[in-house]
Amino acid sequence: MAELLFWPAFLAYGEAAVAYAGDARRPGSMGRLATWGVRIGWLVQTALLIAQAAHADAFPWDTWAGSLNLFVWLVVGAYLIWGCKPRFRLLGLVVMPLAALLLAISYAAGGMDVSGTSKYSSLFLGLHVGLVLAGFAGLTLAAALAALYLWQERELKRRSSTVLRFRAPSLVTLESLFARTVAFSLPVLTLGMAVGFARLRHGSELDPLIVLTVLTWALYGAFLLLRYGAGWRGRRAAYATLAGFALVVAMQLTVQTGHFG
Amino acid sequence: MSLVLVGTSHRLSPVEVRERIAFDVDEAADLARRLADGGEAVCLSTCNRTELYFSHQDPDVAEQLAADALLGDEVELYRMRDEEAALHLFRVAAGLDSLVPGEGEILGQVREAYEAGARGPVLDRLFSEALRVGKKVRTETAIAESPSSVSSAAAALAQQVFGELTGCSVLLVGAGEVSELAARALTARGATIGAVTSRTQESAERLAEAFDARTVPFDDLGRELEQVDVVVSSTSSPEPVLSREQVPNRHGRPLFVIDLAVPRDVDPAVAELEDCYLYDIDDLQAVVRESLSGRRREAERAEAIVEQEAKRFRDWQASLHVVPAIASLRERAESIRSGELAKAEGRLEGLSESERRTVESLTTQIVNKLLHVPIVRMKEAAATEGAGYVEVARHLFGLGEDESAHKKPE
Repeated sequence: MAELLFWPAFLAYGEAAVAYAGDARRPGSMGRLATWGVRIGWLVQTALLIAQAAHADAFPWDTWAGSLNLFVWLVVGAYLIWGCKPRFRLLGLVVMPLAALLLAISYAAGGMDVSGTSKYSSLFLGLHVGLVLAGFAGLTLAAALAALYLWQERELKRRSSTVLRFRAPSLVTLESLFARTVAFSLPVLTLGMAVGFARLRHGSELDPLIVLTVLTWALYGAFLLLRYGAGWRGRRAAYATLAGFALVVAMQLTVQTGHFG
Repeated sequence: MSLVLVGTSHRLSPVEVRERIAFDVDEAADLARRLADGGEAVCLSTCNRTELYFSHQDPDVAEQLAADALLGDEVELYRMRDEEAALHLFRVAAGLDSLVPGEGEILGQVREAYEAGARGPVLDRLFSEALRVGKKVRTETAIAESPSSVSSAAAALAQQVFGELTGCSVLLVGAGEVSELAARALTARGATIGAVTSRTQESAERLAEAFDARTVPFDDLGRELEQVDVVVSSTSSPEPVLSREQVPNRHGRPLFVIDLAVPRDVDPAVAELEDCYLYDIDDLQAVVRESLSGRRREAERAEAIVEQEAKRFRDWQASLHVVPAIASLRERAESIRSGELAKAEGRLEGLSESERRTVESLTTQIVNKLLHVPIVRMKEAAATEGAGYVEVARHLFGLGEDESAHKKPE
């Protein structure tokens, strides 16, 4: 059942990605199609995750492929908050191809399976994995907003005559949004990490995943301090957000070599 | 009833011709009522066009009336009817016939003309559809979103930096007409003119008063830059009046500088400062050119919407011919049905109330089913083949004729 739901979700995300590309070429032409692709895809993926949870004996997203599936759902869900507004459609051009690609990778690697094998309880994994992935999903979205900021800023700096064509959000809006997204995502990540640390066995070694997670947390924490404490704004803030995201990506690659269980 | 349009516009007549037949709102309303003579007429008169719309029994008469009113012997006029006239008005309302495609002012002018005109069912429908199409085009395409002048481009770019301009403070450097135009475009989008500075104190005071702003000495320019978000510079100085060194550290707050002067007022090195965005007149003109070509691209999509809506109007107008014939056909069928039932009254005496209702319902259903296909075909044909088809239907069913003439001898 869950595997069957993969295809409509994948096709809807793919359709949204293509429609966003069409909309970028000719603004206004395919925006609605893209938005509906995102909405339908996300609803189908929600059904897919429910089906997985209903049929699984244990926590079904404890493998890296499973967590990728959950991660895609969280990223698209976070994007939906802004994605339906025409001014944020350029963001969809970044988010939706990535979502379709990661979902396909998750499917190919068995992320739609319903067999959980973890030695930890579902409640613990649900809280730990769920919160950490929700935090990362928020940080991914913040990175996409920061990238959009840098693109828009560059266009304005080089005085491009096409700067008004794409109707992207203003610099001030984007800057405030990526900072607020980080400010919201970091506490969620912190909570997920706290749950993980609470179950860390005495004398356990710190694996690379934990080190990277702590580094990411520290980087974003420093970013928030500088942003709200020392008035760090603009391009530097956007680069810091992207640097944090590089660590998130590194972490995803690390996760692929092991799993949460 | 035929829809008739007679008029001229910037595409056909130069301004010295158009001004001879230009009317203000009251004059246009008087003209429409006088020409309508109890019927329907609307006069749309703007700086780019004067057009008279009629719904009239005799289109030739309406055309002649309009041509006389618009000096048809001396002014070159276009004449359109029915679907073509509707399509034209829809294009006008959508801004597709304007000098700047998609400009918004025309929609208000169409509404004003309609409200002041001699209205009736056909022109009511035509103008309310035109207003709806005008809004639809602006909602479903981006034709009206991009700026069409240097000052509106400057304001749109400022919005691209700050978002809503409410709360943004503007410094005007130079107090000429160009500065004033830019200031108006910025304040129209919510910005506040905070200060005006000029080498001529008198002109600075005049402009400051117009925008309820302060005047500041020209030498305090650098200090003022700490407080404002947008700078509009347009002086006639042969040397730059704003150098990189004068711009203070903004601590991450963006500064948007619009240099409208030739020779330029602002040292190009200002653009190198972080969080500082500098646009000169050439940059703004390039944005306007790109924006106008974008409007023209959007106009193609808008044309498709407008054509579709004009076809819908044509179908509605055609259905007006067929409605009386359909009503007459139904009436005739009902009169035959009830007449035949009345004749059979004696033979139906023994029926119970419920059986009588069954007979009533049965005969009604037979009549409805028999009429269903002819009525649908009449409606369809009215849209494609016009009034002629309706006349054939009238002849076939003997509609409008004395019923006794068709009675079979009993």
